[in-house]
Order: sequence, then structure tokens, then C-alpha cells
Amino acid sequence: MPAVTETREAVEKLGLSSYKWGFETDIDMDVAPKGLNEDIVRLISARKEEPEWMLEWRLAAFRSWLQMKEPEWAKVSHPPIDYQDAHYYAAPKKKPGPKSLEEVDPELLRTYEKLGIPLHEQAMLAGVEVPEGEQARMPVAVDAVFDSVSVVTTFRKTLEEAGVIFCPISEAIKEHPELVKKYLGTVVPVGDNFFSALNSAVFTDGSFVYVPEGVRCPMELSTYFRINSRNTGQFERTLIIVEDRASVSYLEGCTAPMRDENQLHAAVVELVAMEDASIKYSTVQNWYPGDENGRGGIYNFVTKRGACRGARSKISWTQVETGSAITWKYPSCILQGEGSVGEFYSVAVTNNHQQADTGTKMIHIGKNTRSTIIAKTISAGNSDSTYRGLVRVQPKASGARNFTQCDSLLIGDQCGAHTVPYIECRNAQARIEHEATTSKISEDQLFYCRQRGLSEEDSVGLIVNGFCRDVLKELPMEFAVEAQKLLQISLEGSVG
Amino acid sequence: MSAPLAVTLEPFRKQLEGVSGQPQKTALEALHHTGLPDRRVEDWKYTSLRFLAGSVFHKPGKNYDSAKARAALAALGLAEGAVAELPRLVFVNGHFVADLSVTKGLFACSFYTADKAEPGSLVRSDREPLAALNTVLAENGVVISVPEGIDAGQVLLVSLGQADSDAVSYHPRHSVHVAKGGKLSLLSVQAGEGHYLHNPVTEVFVAAEAELRHVTLQAESDAAANLSTLYAQIEERGNYDSFVVGIGAALSRHEVHACLAESFAQVHINGVQRLAQTQHGDITSVITHAAPDCISRQTVRNVLDDRARGVFQGKVLVEQIAQKTDGYQMNQALLLSGQAEIDAKPQLEIYADDVKCSHGATVGALDDDQLFYMRSRGVPEGEARQILIDAFLEEVLELIGDETAREVCKTVIARRFPVSEEGA
Amino acid sequence: MSQFLDISGLNARIDADGQEKEILRGVDLVIPPGEVHAIMGPNGSGKSTLSYVLAGREDYEVTSGSVSFQGKDLLEMEPEERAAAGLFLAFQSPVELPGVNNANFLRTAVNAVRRARGQEELDAVNFLKTVRAAAKELGMSPDMLKRNVNVGFSGGEKKRNEVLQMTLLQPSFAILDETDSGLDVDALRIVAEGVKRLRSPQFSALVITHHQRLLEYIVPDRIHVMAKGRIIHSGGPELAQQIDREGYTKFLAEAA
Ligand SMILES: Nc1ncnc2c1ncn2[C@@H]1O[C@H](COP(=O)(O)OP(=O)(O)OP(=O)(O)O)[C@@H](O)[C@H]1O
Ligand SMILES: [Mg+2]
Repeated sequence: MPAVTETREAVEKLGLSSYKWGFETDIDMDVAPKGLNEDIVRLISARKEEPEWMLEWRLAAFRSWLQMKEPEWAKVSHPPIDYQDAHYYAAPKKKPGPKSLEEVDPELLRTYEKLGIPLHEQAMLAGVEVPEGEQARMPVAVDAVFDSVSVVTTFRKTLEEAGVIFCPISEAIKEHPELVKKYLGTVVPVGDNFFSALNSAVFTDGSFVYVPEGVRCPMELSTYFRINSRNTGQFERTLIIVEDRASVSYLEGCTAPMRDENQLHAAVVELVAMEDASIKYSTVQNWYPGDENGRGGIYNFVTKRGACRGARSKISWTQVETGSAITWKYPSCILQGEGSVGEFYSVAVTNNHQQADTGTKMIHIGKNTRSTIIAKTISAGNSDSTYRGLVRVQPKASGARNFTQCDSLLIGDQCGAHTVPYIECRNAQARIEHEATTSKISEDQLFYCRQRGLSEEDSVGLIVNGFCRDVLKELPMEFAVEAQKLLQISLEGSVG
Repeated sequence: MSAPLAVTLEPFRKQLEGVSGQPQKTALEALHHTGLPDRRVEDWKYTSLRFLAGSVFHKPGKNYDSAKARAALAALGLAEGAVAELPRLVFVNGHFVADLSVTKGLFACSFYTADKAEPGSLVRSDREPLAALNTVLAENGVVISVPEGIDAGQVLLVSLGQADSDAVSYHPRHSVHVAKGGKLSLLSVQAGEGHYLHNPVTEVFVAAEAELRHVTLQAESDAAANLSTLYAQIEERGNYDSFVVGIGAALSRHEVHACLAESFAQVHINGVQRLAQTQHGDITSVITHAAPDCISRQTVRNVLDDRARGVFQGKVLVEQIAQKTDGYQMNQALLLSGQAEIDAKPQLEIYADDVKCSHGATVGALDDDQLFYMRSRGVPEGEARQILIDAFLEEVLELIGDETAREVCKTVIARRFPVSEEGA
Repeated sequence: MSQFLDISGLNARIDADGQEKEILRGVDLVIPPGEVHAIMGPNGSGKSTLSYVLAGREDYEVTSGSVSFQGKDLLEMEPEERAAAGLFLAFQSPVELPGVNNANFLRTAVNAVRRARGQEELDAVNFLKTVRAAAKELGMSPDMLKRNVNVGFSGGEKKRNEVLQMTLLQPSFAILDETDSGLDVDALRIVAEGVKRLRSPQFSALVITHHQRLLEYIVPDRIHVMAKGRIIHSGGPELAQQIDREGYTKFLAEAA
């Protein structure tokens, strides 16, 4: 996803139906038997050659998961998920030893090539033609995760020189156990919720980032997730730690093949920002949404949370959610450090039979903490989309500020758009402002555009992009271009 | 009884025994099943009924202290000025008291009896446990019917609670019908002394082109609980304009379910709460747009002092058929103390595309700049604060269309919160 | 039917709050190629409605009558087809497009129209050059191009932006709906010159205005008076002064 322009072009050349990332890769896989029990947890841990403490951690998570019930409060509905009817481990077969591009299965590399993900460092560095007025592209380091296993991470050398650790989390568990032990599960505790407990028990891979004190990460970091195998769940785990006065910008993209069955994706992302640290986390979520009749598609149940532990730290979530049959996701900020800042910028587009229940939680604990929420929801077809957000100001958070703006746009009269904010304030020196609107695309705007010669579909695209501008502008530029086009593709066939 | 009594119903055990009548039995059946809601129920997330636990609520007798009742009416400012001239219906502990009432000039009015319960009504005992409790225990209440095309003027409906050593609970069931083109302005005042639960259920029908202005002043005893549920249905071009002022009770909830059933209907559900000490006040509403071209408006303000807690839940549901809906909702809170708390949950649930819906919410303290400005002009801080608080409430109170009702509300608020150095 | 624009017996109505409201009641109007006509008339007489119907706004229902434009049935075309065919409407109150960059919008529109006309699209660089030059001529600051379409523009700035779009889209027929109102004296001259510059045997225009002033700059070939949804009087350019002096009472009385 980061090499966005190519992604889009590569994908267009593929000429697939409306979901353009729906192909399947034929690759030699190592797959665990279906089902979920302690043995599977042990197997995953063993395959990953994990230390004992990690296995114990997983088992504890698994046991607490057994006690939990799937949450029902979200405004989504789906047939019951049979957690025993999926594979919890699937990995491309590979030789052990240090990874280099030469060792990666060529079929896999071709997949990423098809998706436009640059894994060849040289090719990326050589750069491509840069349109006038646009900045030359910064190199992006990529961690490619294929069916829950990291296949390759680029630019590790360059990053190491800067002191930045960027590697698969499975590797971090072995190489940097003290860091992992110290932070894993501290932002999203093992038993936080049903899906995070499940993830804690069975996660197979994901990315690990550590930016030491005073370091501004020299390039954008990016993880590209791809589900490929059938009947597998994807459970990745991301942990990003940014020390005092350090900063990082991290991008995340994802796609999956088109299949009739539903596949489960239950990721956990934990961010920790220390004093004066800043983390910018951007997501373009484009899992397979299912077909026009609502068959197939990914169930995306994700727990993302960041802890602003240090004073004046900042965590900024930006998400563009266009994929998945069901999205259940609330990237949140725990604003503990005095003067810390949380941001949430979101665009969620649903079409056909997609359902999205997404939003954020801003927990103001420290003094003078600030948060901003801008959420744009677009529903079309037979879809349903809900913004659900919590702003909580604890008694000690004097001077806390929140501003929330939620806008929903409906395209067609078979869809629904809902706004469910929770505002809880226990400090008299706090200030909270919340605004929400719901409307359809204005006829006046449509007519104005068409009078100037734009087709109806282009007019809708233009107006929708304008509607999302405040969010899209928060994305790194290339991502923004990609996202903009995705929006248009997602809404295809929804007008006229 | 088939099922065992839910724990939460324990305070009413005595009263729930020996229920007869089918609607009552059905409602009791439902109650047995759910009990009273606890905070795990999404709609009761912010309001706990624990206040009721530990007490035993008795069924009140018909005796009452007439001198006290008259004093209470006077204290509410209902014995003087324009309001004193209105036809009035006075209930004490849920029983109608003819001696205190003035029915002169009152249009068709009768009384509720238990055998009139439920069928065909708007009340949803199957969904709202407190309405179910009301259905089981209701014995009295007023039925006001305004005939077609008649302007029935204004009516005052007063509920007084009188509890001594024994806690009592009363569950009146009122209903108001305004027929086509009719008009009515209803001022409902709720007050009392001692530890009691007032659990009224009110049904409101506003027919085509009819108008009902409805002001509720809740000034119950500081030791009481008021849990009101109101159901309204508004037909073509009808208008239900309601306002609630909440200043009393230890625990209160004003819950409104309004359905805009036919096109061009309008509903206004406005209100203010001014709470202090450990009071808990909840304004909850569900406005359903079930027809095209309807308008809903809601402005609610909370002023919370000491350890008071205010809750606002407001849902606007727009059904698929309800194209061209125009819905607006605003809720604002002013926290005067570090221990006060506001919980707000405005909600839009929308299934029609050609709509204009919005809501806003703000929470904050008094504006320091404004305070400073006034003080620099010589106004003492306490007074300056009071002026700002009054102004904050005043803006909303202006939405009360009926002048008499507005004055009563303002007087009662002013008496409860006299200007002082309090909070300075 | 050989005329450039031929409106005949046009009736149109709108559904307002469940009630049908007749607005155009038999408009007849012919504009030959290369001519500029003006329409004047009291508020609410249907002038803007006529312009919307010509541009293809869907909320108006044409109940009878016909409009032919360069030999084609205009009423059959989608709004964007009409734009591509050369029809441009400068709106009386231009719409705001939040989040949509003005320069970007212009480029998208120009290229959409060029594509439809079989012309080559303009690349970003060339386009920007053209646009900047055009904006400058209209006395617009380059800053306006970076802002969102009409968002926060002053009344006069919106009007100038409309004229800028007109200049770039190169219409063969422009309707200017009170483009002169809200303009300062200088802007009025600039706008008028913008229209004059387009004047050619291939360009016609319909100027809707309340002020004789604009018509002093753009001397129209004909002036029509519209009232109650019909053209009730037509005359030469001198009609403007007469209306300015005497108002519409006389025409209304004659028509009645
Ligand atoms: N959408 C609408 N709903 C209801 N009435 C409408 C609508 N559009 C136009 N009308 C009515 O149609 C009539 C003609 O309006 P129009 O805007 O065409 O007048 P106009 O001649 O352009 O007036 P002005 O000189 O004030 O611009 C007016 O009475 C107007 O109120
Ligand atoms: Mg006009």
C-alpha cells in the first residue's frame, strides 16, 4: 500500500472485478489443523520458537478468552462465528535463517509486486518519475505480513543505524525480550475484550517498532498485511514504543482475496508514547468486503489503543476504512501524560452489505490533555455504518479539551448511518464540544458540478472527497492519493 | 406466581402480591423476567436504580395532611397570580383530591381505573420495566380529552407526595388526547415531602393539526425518586411541544418516547436540569420519525453543582420512510463543581437518505472571561456566577411558549437557588 | 428549429411541500447565434427558474413546451451533456463545495468538457498557467484558486469565480443569472469585459439582470421582460432605460 501510485496502477492492470485485490497466490504453506485449543496455542508458540514466558502469557490469554463472551453491543450482525472452524496458523514454508530477499519465495514477491508493494530496496531508492510540484518520494521501510507471518522487512540496515528497531514481533520476542516483556499487553491488557484475548492467545506475527530517545525515525515505516489462505484467521500483533522526544510515522495497509466464506481478522495494536514523543499511525483498510450480495468478506475485529504516557506526548490515528464485510474497531488514546494529545481522523465507507461500527475512545486522565475527533461516515447500497465514540474526562483532568465532529453522508435510501457518542465528564475545568450531522449529498452541489460538465459519478466522487478532506489531509501524501481513489472505487455503482 | 421475584423488585414485594387483571398479569410476567434494569442495560448505563434497594415501598392510603398540601401548593407559587386562576387537578400520593382541585372550566376529563389498562395504548410494558411496574400498580390518574377543534386553554396538574416514616410509592397513569385541530396547554407540577417513589406513566395523543403544550416541573422531595415515562404520538401537522424542568428528587429520570407518526408533524422535547448536592437527574428521550417531512427539536441544558450528576440520552431514529426529516438536538452542560458529573449520549440512527439531522453537545465551566469582565465592572463573584448561570438557563426557558408556565418554573427555580455568595 | 436557441411554449412547475406550483407558464424565446439577449423582470417572476430548466435541474418538472439548442432537443439531455454541448450557467447564488479545491475543480470540469468535446485534456502545468492568467484578468487573487470552491467567498468573489469558470469552459451559450449583483464598480466592468471578449458569431448569451448598468457595458441585442412566468414584452436595448425610469407597472398592466 505505501507505494501507492503503483499499487493502484498495478491493480488496475490486473483488471479484476470491482474488488481489485482479489487474486489468490499459490504458494507452499505450512498450515496447522483447524480448531482452537491449548495445543494449538502451544503449537503456535513452538513454531515461533518462543521462550517459555511467552507461551505462559498466551495460555493465560487463552484461558481468559474461554471465560469471555463475544460482545453484542456493536450495531453489526452476522451468523455466529465458529471459532473451531478455522486454521490458527498458516505460514509460507521457508528455510530458517536470516531473511534476505533472495530467500523469499519468488511467488510471494510477485504477489507483492502485483499489489505494488515495493520490497526491493534498490528499485525503491531509484525512485520513479516525480510529477512537477510534488515532492520526491521518501523511501518507506516495509514489513510484509503474509497470512500472519512476516515475510520480509526492508531497510532494516538504514533503520538500525539510526537506532530504530523495526522487525517482525516474533523476532522481537526472541531478540528484544526485555522490551517486549515490559510493554506487551500493557496498553491492551490480555483480558481487555473478547477479540484481544483471542489475539493474545494465537497471534502469529505483526510488527515491532522501537524508537529510542531523541530519535526521529528517518523514514516512514509500513506494514502490509495480506490474507491469502482459505479458512485462516489473521491475528497480528503490533507494538510500537517511542521513547522521550522521539517520533515515528507508521502506515498500515491490507488486502485479501475474494472468497465466498467469511474470514476473521482480529488484530491488536498497542502504542506507547513517552515524554514529548509522537506517533502517527495511518491505516488504509481494504480487506475484501464481500460481493454485492453480501457473500464473503473479512470480519475485521480490531483493538487498537495508544497510551500517551509521557507529558506532551501525542498519538494520532488516521484511518480510511473501505473494506471488510464487518468492521469493529475503535482506535483509542489514553491521555495520561500532562498536556498529551490524542487525535482520531476517520473515513469509513460502506457499500453493498458492508457493516461498520467504528470510532474511538479518548480517555482524559492527565491535566491539560487535548483530543480531536473527526469522523466521516459514508453509507451506500444496503450497508450500515455507525460511529461510536467515547470521550471521558476523569476527575483529575483539569483543563482537558475535546472537539468532536462526526458527519455522515447517505447515498441511497437502503442504507443506514448512525452516530453514538458517549460523553462522560467529571471535571468542571474541562471543555467538550461535539457536533454531528447526517445528510445526503446535496442536490445543489451535484447539479452545480454537473452543470460544469462532470458526470454524476464523478460529481459524487468529488463531493465525497471534499467531504472527507479534513481526514484525508492527515494522511501521508501518497497514502492520501491512494485513499482518495479507493473511496471512489468503493462507491462504484452506488449512484444513478 | 410462576417465576421467582427478581431481586430488584424486592422493594415492591408487598404491593405486587395478589395482582388481578390481564394486562397487569402480563406486565408482571414481563417484570418477573427482567426485573428493574441495572446498568448493564444500555439504556440505563448512566442511571442506577440502587437508590430504591433497601427500602420497602408501601401502597399509600387515601388520607393526607390537607394543611401541608395547601402549604406545599403555596410554596410552589401555585396559590397566587395567573396560575391560581387555572382549572387544576391535584393528586396526593397518587390519589385524586377533589377538595384541592378546581374543575371549573375544565374540558372533558375522567379518571383512570385499573380496568382501562393497556390494550391499544402507546405504553410498552414489554419494553420499559418501569412502565410495566406502573401498569401493574396503577390505580388512578387523569384522562383528559380535548374534542375536535376546541381550544381547551390551560390546565394545571399537580402531584404531591407525602411520606412519613414509611416510604410509599405511587404509580399514576395519565393520558391526554387532543383531537383534530384541538389545543391544550398542560402544566404538570410534581413535588412532595419525605421518602417516596413517584412513577407516573403518561400517554399523549396529538391528532392531526392539534397542538399540545406540555410543561413538567419536577420539584420532588430531596429524599424522593421520580421515574417518569411518557409516550407521545403525533399525527399529521400536529405539534407536541414539551418542556421539563428538573430540580427536585434524589433520583429522577424523565423518559420520553415520541413518535412522529404522520407527515408534517412536529415535536419539541426541551428541558433544563439544575441539580446540587448528590442529586442524580436523567433526561432520556427517543424520538422516532416514522413519517416523511416531520420536524423534531430538542434543547436540553444541565447545570450541576456539588456532587450532582446529570444524564442526557437522546436518540433520534429516522425510519426509512421518513424522507425529508429535519431533526436537531443540542445538549449543553455547565459544571459548577469539581465533583459534579455529566454523562451525555446523543444518538442518531438514520435509515432515510434525504434528511437533515444534527446534534451538538458541549460541556464546560462558567466562562472565565465573562466572569472577569463582570467582576471588573464591580459585580461580586457570587453574583456574577449567578447571572451567568441564570442566563444559561434563561435562554432555554424562553422556549416555554406558555407565559404562565414559564413564570411558575422560573419562580420555583429562583426559590430553590436564591442569589447568594454560594459557590464564590 | 434552425435557430441557435429556440424556447417555445415552455411550462414548468415545482413540487413545494406537497403542492404543485406552476412557475413557467408558456415561455417563448428565440436567441439567434452571436446575439446577446437580456431578461429583466420583477423578483419571483421565474427568471432563475428558466435558467435552471435550461441547465437541466431535476427538481423542476417541464410539463409542456420544447427547447432546441443547436438543433438538439435540450430537454432530453443530462446536465453534463448540456455543459459539454456548450451551455454554461453562472448561478445567481453559486454553491459551496466544502473540501473541494477550486483549481482542482476547475481542471476536472474543463477536462471533462474537453473530453466530451473530443478535445485533448490539459495537463496540470498548462492548466495552471491558463487559470492563473485568467484569474488575474478578473482581478482575483491567486489565493482564491487554492481555497475550496466558493467556501467563505464574499458575494462578489463568488460571482468572479463564476466568470472565471465561464472563461475557461468556453461555452457557446452562457446564461448569466444576476452575475452583476453584489459586484463592485470595477468588478462589474471586468465581468462585462469578460463577456464582451467571448462575443463572437459562435457565442450567444442570456443575461438576467435587474440593473441597467450592466447593459450599458454589454449592449444586448434584445431585452425581454418576464413576469409571472412569461415573456410579456420584448424590445431593443433602449428598453433598459425605460424600465429604469418607469418600472414594470406599465408592462404588467398591458399584459393583464
Ligand atoms: N424550490 C422551490 N420551491 C418553492 N418555490 C420555488 C422554488 N423555486 C422557485 N420557486 C418560486 O418560483 C418563483 C420564481 O422564482 P425564480 O427564482 O425563478 O424568480 P426570479 O425571477 O429569478 O426572481 P429574482 O429576481 O428574485 O431572482 C418564486 O415565487 C419562487 O419562490
Ligand atoms: Mg433569480
